[in-house]
Amino acid sequence: MLEFSGIPRPERLIDENGRRIDGRRPDELRPIKMEVGVLDKSDGSAYIEFGGTKVIAAVFGPREAHPRHLALPDRAILNCRYHMTSFSVEERKPLGMTRREIELSKVIREALETVTFLEEFPRAAIDVYVEVIQADGGTRTAGLTAASLALADAGIPMADLIAATAVGKVDGHLVLDLCDLEDKYGEADMPVAMAPRFNSIVMLQLNGRMAIDEFRRALALAQKGINEIYKLQREVLKRKFSELSPEEV
Amino acid sequence: MALTPKKDLTASIMRNKIYSLLLQDKRIDGRRPADLRPIKIETGLLTKADGSALVSMGSTKILTGIKVEVGAPFPDRPDEGTFTVNAELLPLASASFEPGPPDERGIELARVVDRSLRESGVVDLKKLCLVKGEKVYILFIDIYVLDYDGNYFDPSLISALAALATAKIPRYEIVDGKPQKTGEYFSPELSALPFTVMVGIIGERFLIDPQLEEEKALDVSLVMGTDEKGNMTCVQKNSPGQIPVGLMDRLVDVVAEKTNEIRRKFLQEIPVKLASVS
Repeated sequence: MLEFSGIPRPERLIDENGRRIDGRRPDELRPIKMEVGVLDKSDGSAYIEFGGTKVIAAVFGPREAHPRHLALPDRAILNCRYHMTSFSVEERKPLGMTRREIELSKVIREALETVTFLEEFPRAAIDVYVEVIQADGGTRTAGLTAASLALADAGIPMADLIAATAVGKVDGHLVLDLCDLEDKYGEADMPVAMAPRFNSIVMLQLNGRMAIDEFRRALALAQKGINEIYKLQREVLKRKFSELSPEEV
Repeated sequence: MALTPKKDLTASIMRNKIYSLLLQDKRIDGRRPADLRPIKIETGLLTKADGSALVSMGSTKILTGIKVEVGAPFPDRPDEGTFTVNAELLPLASASFEPGPPDERGIELARVVDRSLRESGVVDLKKLCLVKGEKVYILFIDIYVLDYDGNYFDPSLISALAALATAKIPRYEIVDGKPQKTGEYFSPELSALPFTVMVGIIGERFLIDPQLEEEKALDVSLVMGTDEKGNMTCVQKNSPGQIPVGLMDRLVDVVAEKTNEIRRKFLQEIPVKLASVS
């Protein structure tokens, strides 16, 4: 087996009691922290932690599209950049966008577009920025979850929130919400995002191998986690808006 | 930052037409929803490339070439050769492709093919080691979309595998610490044959291997792959839009069946004997 960045593969990723390397059960999410309105200058923002994964997302807009020729007559354009800080990973990530970041920006943008009412804002632009502060597995799913919260925080009309997590296969077991070591030393990693209100998938990728039957069960496991995350997202938004005075709303 | 391209004005009209045909299990080009277009595979067309393949699926055409160099391995895998996959959507392939470095679509294509090859362990990288920790074979698998009539994913993976399976890699030996060609050639042994099938969804209906007119009108599309053992090897939702969760069960079965069909076709053209992994 391979070694990554000096962290050797643990002898077992699942112990005899069925517990994972961080003590979780296979279908257990990591401790989650969510907060909205964390930045002052953006129109909406959110901070999320899934265990050691820490991500911040911010939204600007709707605002004038630049350059102007990109503006569309019938809807807003949605820009999205997923980016990792240089110190978010074990070995310093070079500055600038890697191919991975360009791909993930695309899949995150395409997921957000499925629930955002872009046609409400013709000729405008909505810019979504996702910054990974620390990466411990599941950064794209945390980023997407945070981005949808930031859009809601910016008051942009949406058909639903997006909740996302990864499922994977580790030492032959299906597990929910992979951490970095499970992602790297496991057999498969499958990020999933859903719009729970529509019971639909808005992002889906699979890196690795799993049997077809496992794929079906993995999808169901992801949905379970997604429903838990969705509940937390709604709570954090409700809390924020119930704390605002009538003038602030 | 790239943007999602705007929809063609005709897309919504086409969508309705394609959808009403799907309700009768028909498509605009006479195929049935789960029919692939004809696949043509030609290999060894080029002499300068160490491996090459021209693959067409309907009128979508993909050319893949492989060039091999000798270089240093990754420090964390000292006894393994390496490969990289690049893909370019050439401006001559479509009025919608522009010259310049690969945009997000090219990068996505390259990374989907890369993951399919890497995660299913197609190439036994240990067999591409010359001197542990110092010199290994480095394979550059470069994919060019020559003619884009929808679905560049599936034929790209076919062409990468065809080029790999038929490659003639110059064998090197180390003389005075420097790599030198021996004049002999070898072919990389393949240990798996993963293929993908692109699925397009309109409403609650689906079709596979969309041609361009269909692809432009889809609500959403995704690429799914399986290997010869029936494992899922690759999934990528590659467009905006929502996939109804309830559709996935059926899609997985169709994809497994259709990747088998591609595999049979591939093996007819290129009778590969799969090696066991070292």
